[in-house]
Amino acid sequence: MDYNFAYLDEQTKRMIRRAILKGLAIPGYQVPFSSREMPMPYGWGTGGVQVSASILTPEDRLKVIDQGADDTTNAVSIRKFFEKTAKIPTTENTEEATVIQTRHRIPEQPLMDSQILVYQVPIPEPLRFLEPRESETRKMHALQEYGLMHVKLYEDISINGAIATSYAYPVKVEDRYVMDPSPIPKFDNPKMEMEAVQLFGAGREQRIYALPPFTKVRSLDFEDYPFEPSKADYKCNLCGSDSSYLDEVIIDDKGGRMFVCSDTDYCQKMIAKHGEVSKPDNQRALP
Amino acid sequence: MIQLRSVSKKFKLFNQQNAIISVIENANLNISPGECVALVGASGSGKSTLMRMIYGNYLATSGSILVDGIDLTKAEPREILEVRKRKLGYVSQFLRVVPRVPTLKVVAEPLLSIGKPETESLEIAEELLEELNIPKKLWQLSPTTFSGGEQQRVNIARGFAYEFPALLLDEPTASLDKENRDIVISLINRAKNKGTAIVGIFHDQQARELICDRQIDVKKFTPDINGSDA
Amino acid sequence: MTPLLKVENLKKNYGTQIGCSGISFNLHPGEVMGIVGESGSGKSTLLNCLAGHLQPDEGSVFYNTKTDGLVDTILMNEPDRRMLGRTDWAFVHQNPRDGLRMSISAGGNVGERLMAVGERHYGHIRENALSWIDQVEISTDRIDDRPSTFSGGMQQRLQIARNLVTGPRLVFMDEPTGGLDVSVQARLLDLLRSLVIKMNLSAIIVTHDLAVVRLLADRLMVMKSGHVIESGLTDQVLDDPQHAYTQLLVSSVLQV
Repeated sequence: MDYNFAYLDEQTKRMIRRAILKGLAIPGYQVPFSSREMPMPYGWGTGGVQVSASILTPEDRLKVIDQGADDTTNAVSIRKFFEKTAKIPTTENTEEATVIQTRHRIPEQPLMDSQILVYQVPIPEPLRFLEPRESETRKMHALQEYGLMHVKLYEDISINGAIATSYAYPVKVEDRYVMDPSPIPKFDNPKMEMEAVQLFGAGREQRIYALPPFTKVRSLDFEDYPFEPSKADYKCNLCGSDSSYLDEVIIDDKGGRMFVCSDTDYCQKMIAKHGEVSKPDNQRALP
Repeated sequence: MIQLRSVSKKFKLFNQQNAIISVIENANLNISPGECVALVGASGSGKSTLMRMIYGNYLATSGSILVDGIDLTKAEPREILEVRKRKLGYVSQFLRVVPRVPTLKVVAEPLLSIGKPETESLEIAEELLEELNIPKKLWQLSPTTFSGGEQQRVNIARGFAYEFPALLLDEPTASLDKENRDIVISLINRAKNKGTAIVGIFHDQQARELICDRQIDVKKFTPDINGSDA
Repeated sequence: MTPLLKVENLKKNYGTQIGCSGISFNLHPGEVMGIVGESGSGKSTLLNCLAGHLQPDEGSVFYNTKTDGLVDTILMNEPDRRMLGRTDWAFVHQNPRDGLRMSISAGGNVGERLMAVGERHYGHIRENALSWIDQVEISTDRIDDRPSTFSGGMQQRLQIARNLVTGPRLVFMDEPTGGLDVSVQARLLDLLRSLVIKMNLSAIIVTHDLAVVRLLADRLMVMKSGHVIESGLTDQVLDDPQHAYTQLLVSSVLQV
């Protein structure tokens, strides 16, 4: 059986493109759209998939990452989905890709203006956990009543002594809208001021939002507790990089663990360039 | 200082067969600065009603009541409160205070409320409490638990803390022993000499003679028979 | 003198049912007004119309703003009115759960209004919150505890702190002592009274408790069936009520 190009019918894609254009025109603003049922469960990136499907052209080359990795279930199945429905080439190489769909990471390699980064978003409303009423949060966005966001950070400091929020760290876009950057680590927040277009799709919540290239994106903080992007204080056990975001991997049941780049493509390129780290020096057993 | 012009007072009791009780009729009174006038008359003759009307606590049914030129029957609530703050003091028989507030604060409050600095206000309060023989160890306690005589003296101290140009006194010496009564009488006379106009109810005849310049029998303002003129 | 609040001919109906009608009054700076009446008399409707929580059908509520003088808050645009509600006005709910965020620490609750008006220095917010928690007689070591662990009286005092932290000029209170037991009530009233005097607050207090208004209010409005039937100096209205209903109300209070 033949699918329409990239699964969605053309009318749906037009509807989604309109939402994307509106989102780009109002950076950080959550545009409602009529999300479709996709042949995958919610939480598997239905929002991102619909956005990708709407912007893909036959000339595109797609990369899909899940927490930075190209080879996890979610990434593999979405890549396969578009291989089958759009018959477009895919890649694991960040540089080669024209569209990158991501779950919870921004690639280490800086993106270019010829690329588009599509985020999968579980809960697009940054105010949701503090204010459950949608009618009220929309009003708060409209009137820029964002004091509540800082209440969350205040709570963090008063309980933990520092801002402990480490992912989905709220940002303010062009001094106007407060936006949830999706659950990327706050390490990635500064990268959001980039050359590439960034699109955010939340399928279950039926929202699309966007950042045009070089949009000002500032992480919320206090004057005396400034924002700090952070990562595990180790080097990658495979490639030796000390600047990329690391995953902690438990390697046995005796408390052994290692840290590796979460961005698999970046890690492999580093290994190709400098060779693999011979003797992991920072592999430590937990006490 | 205090002027009453054709003041009358009728109570209409809606919940008791709409009974109308006429208590005061056509009362005229003029009290000059430095003058002390005693209201006399049998119990129930309307002395307290008259006092309460002068204080703005009861509405006059007709006529006007002027305190330092301000007609209380036409004044806004905030204007009446302003008169009570700066011009017209009232020493009632009973002390009515917020629990928890220490005696010293209770006495100093009239001064604090007109914006006098705290230390100065408390100093004046201390002097008065000392003069009225309130033991020092009680000053930091709330007067709600004091004996009747002590409460009354606290009340008097409070009434005299600020030098009001006009004062209403309701039985200021009622439950006091001779020594304290003499102190209160001298306090009143001191205020009088400074020009305070005083209207009072004194059952204590001796005190009345020592303080008052004249007596007004409220009976002459009272309608003939039990107010059945409705 | 310009009043702080100038209410003209305010009316709010619920369908054919009268909420409140023909309400006019002026409130001056530093004045505390009580509104009393039985349940359903329209006092809460009136309060909510005044505070901008309900849209009245007719009439105006002029507020003397710091920048532009008297402005009709009913015609004011919503962002401005909400801003007023966070800065110059305060609203104390009967149930502290309606006025507090129960899942946020006491300090966060007090700090929220500061952050809402742009305070971005944690140290200052913390300092301010501590000072206010202390002022409302809550032990400062409870600052990081959630209000759900507080007693009813403490919750109510916390709600007051949360409201007063931005130094409002006008406070609306809806049965502030309603759900509290008597011993706690006295403490709260005393606290409110001293704060009102200290901060020179104007306040409108809706209550059915006459003892509350006697203690707190300079003047009184008595409401029945949506109308104001009597108003005046608090002690005058309570001691010499002129209207049948007020006489009934006053004489119905049980003496202790």
